[in-house]
Amino acid sequence: MAAGLRPQDVDLTTVLADSRLANPVMTASGCAAAGQELQQFFDVSDLGAVVTKSIMRDVRSGRATPRMAETPSGMLNSIGLQGPGVNAFLARDLPWLLQHDARPIVSIAGSSLGEYAELARRVGNTPGVAAIEVNISCPNVEDRGLVFACHPVQAGRVLSVVRRDTPRGLPVFAKLSPDVTSIVDIARSVVEAGADGLVLINTLLGLNIDFTTMRPKLGGVTGGLSGPAVRPVAVRAVWQVANALPGIPLIGVGGIRTGADALEFLVAGASAVQVGTAIFNDPNAPVRVLSELRTELAAHGFARARDAVGYANRPALEGVMAQ
Amino acid sequence: MTSAITRGPIQVDGEVFSNKRAGAYQHLTLVADGIAERTRPGNFVALAVGGATSANLLRRSFSIYRVRPAGVYGGTVEIVFAAHGAGTQWLADRQPHDAINVVGPLGRPFALPKEPVACALVGGGYGSAPLFALAEKLRERSCAVHMVLGASTESRLFGALEARRAAQSVTVTTLDGSVGIKGLVTDPLPALMARHSIEVVYSCGPMGMLAAATRVATDQGAWSQTAVEEAMACGIGVCMTCVLPVVGDDGVTRMLRSCVEGPVFAGDKVRWDAVGTIPAGTFGAPEVSRQ
Repeated sequence: MAAGLRPQDVDLTTVLADSRLANPVMTASGCAAAGQELQQFFDVSDLGAVVTKSIMRDVRSGRATPRMAETPSGMLNSIGLQGPGVNAFLARDLPWLLQHDARPIVSIAGSSLGEYAELARRVGNTPGVAAIEVNISCPNVEDRGLVFACHPVQAGRVLSVVRRDTPRGLPVFAKLSPDVTSIVDIARSVVEAGADGLVLINTLLGLNIDFTTMRPKLGGVTGGLSGPAVRPVAVRAVWQVANALPGIPLIGVGGIRTGADALEFLVAGASAVQVGTAIFNDPNAPVRVLSELRTELAAHGFARARDAVGYANRPALEGVMAQ
Repeated sequence: MTSAITRGPIQVDGEVFSNKRAGAYQHLTLVADGIAERTRPGNFVALAVGGATSANLLRRSFSIYRVRPAGVYGGTVEIVFAAHGAGTQWLADRQPHDAINVVGPLGRPFALPKEPVACALVGGGYGSAPLFALAEKLRERSCAVHMVLGASTESRLFGALEARRAAQSVTVTTLDGSVGIKGLVTDPLPALMARHSIEVVYSCGPMGMLAAATRVATDQGAWSQTAVEEAMACGIGVCMTCVLPVVGDDGVTRMLRSCVEGPVFAGDKVRWDAVGTIPAGTFGAPEVSRQ
């Protein structure tokens, strides 16, 4: 590691499944809509990529309110994937991202294998898409509402149809749920099915009570927990999967609020990171995290962001000999 | 003409200028450069609470009471709020010169009539705060302004004195009768509207009050403009939590974000009875499950 590095000299480029990004910081799906609102605060082309809110085949109204509850260092949400459907997204939102020189990673969500396949074809064949992120945390209507992400076989089936129907050369990333007994088993299954990389983690399922009604606070009853409260869970997931599946590109997400948080994910094994809930606190969070990450990398002697990836996983002896 | 520089929200580190009690409420004035020039009546600001490492991540959104463009102290923005939770209590405890991060101005402002018509401005509790800047704009357009301010009790009225300067007539109501007419803020509205030939009813306050004000306005063939209060996480349009069912010009109900498509809506377009639900037939609503 080099001493006396200046932040501006740090090489931030990162490589994810053969695609090179100018820097490792992205938005997290569901926390940045399709980029337009954030453009009021910073230039979305400054980010490594913009990950869109999950797109479904059809227009969707989402769940009833209340959809949100603040929790210690985090929040619960039960939005229910409100969105315009793939036609409107491809006609309106994706062109906007491309006109603004953003690198769009399009998150897709389906409630059946057929819907995933259709979305993969529609999105994958649209020029300008940088990658597809597969949100497998929605209930599977064909399997009595069970969530794809919680079953190695089901999760693998989704990734296999998406990979089959996505043009060769366009990376497909699977976003995994931490609410499983062994995230490594799910990771292995989706990688064997063709996922080019993994996004770790989606929200954790939570619930809180409203004392005025003495009932669950959220209209959707349960909600996804996000924010700094979940960060150690996400770092743990990245660490475990990085150790079990070396060489598979990982994108870390969960509670990143500062550049130091982002560095923690890189060092645990992620090649890129996503900033989500922190955007609600600070609309400039993605570019602030990027700038702080640059400073953190320099301060810790990493001349290249790539050198930090998985550094915490290095063999014990190497650390001793470097002294 | 609005120049490109003064459009859209900005994020600035504001500094507390003053923070005073106003009856049961708190009146906070922040020096926050650039907000005043962009603000129109009905806009709101979203304030971060608890500092950079706060465990309360979500911004608190408040209607803008008043703004002053940069002068000796730099531009200021003022809000009125009730300290009822951890975040608002933190705001109430801020002292002059303390820093508060501000995002704003946000949301769609009140629509203004093109003709010099008579308007009723109805405020519940601190919901009256944004009505004073609106009154000023309406007077500039030669509109007659009549204010109706209501609250549960006298200490929860905001701006009753100021209203005398801002409006041609002021009607005050309290639920407990401690001051003014005993009853709901919308009780005196039908008679007031008839007496002054009111053509537009502006309202800001709790949802039930907005629904009632809309009903009265619609019954008398007047336009209604309502500023809604929905729980928000981001205030800027990305989180999708603050939605409510609103009917479009095409007759279709959509779940619209109150932060960017509101907070001001035409009252007769909001499906007040269905707030908190996804009414059947809403654009994109799930089909009724087949049993």
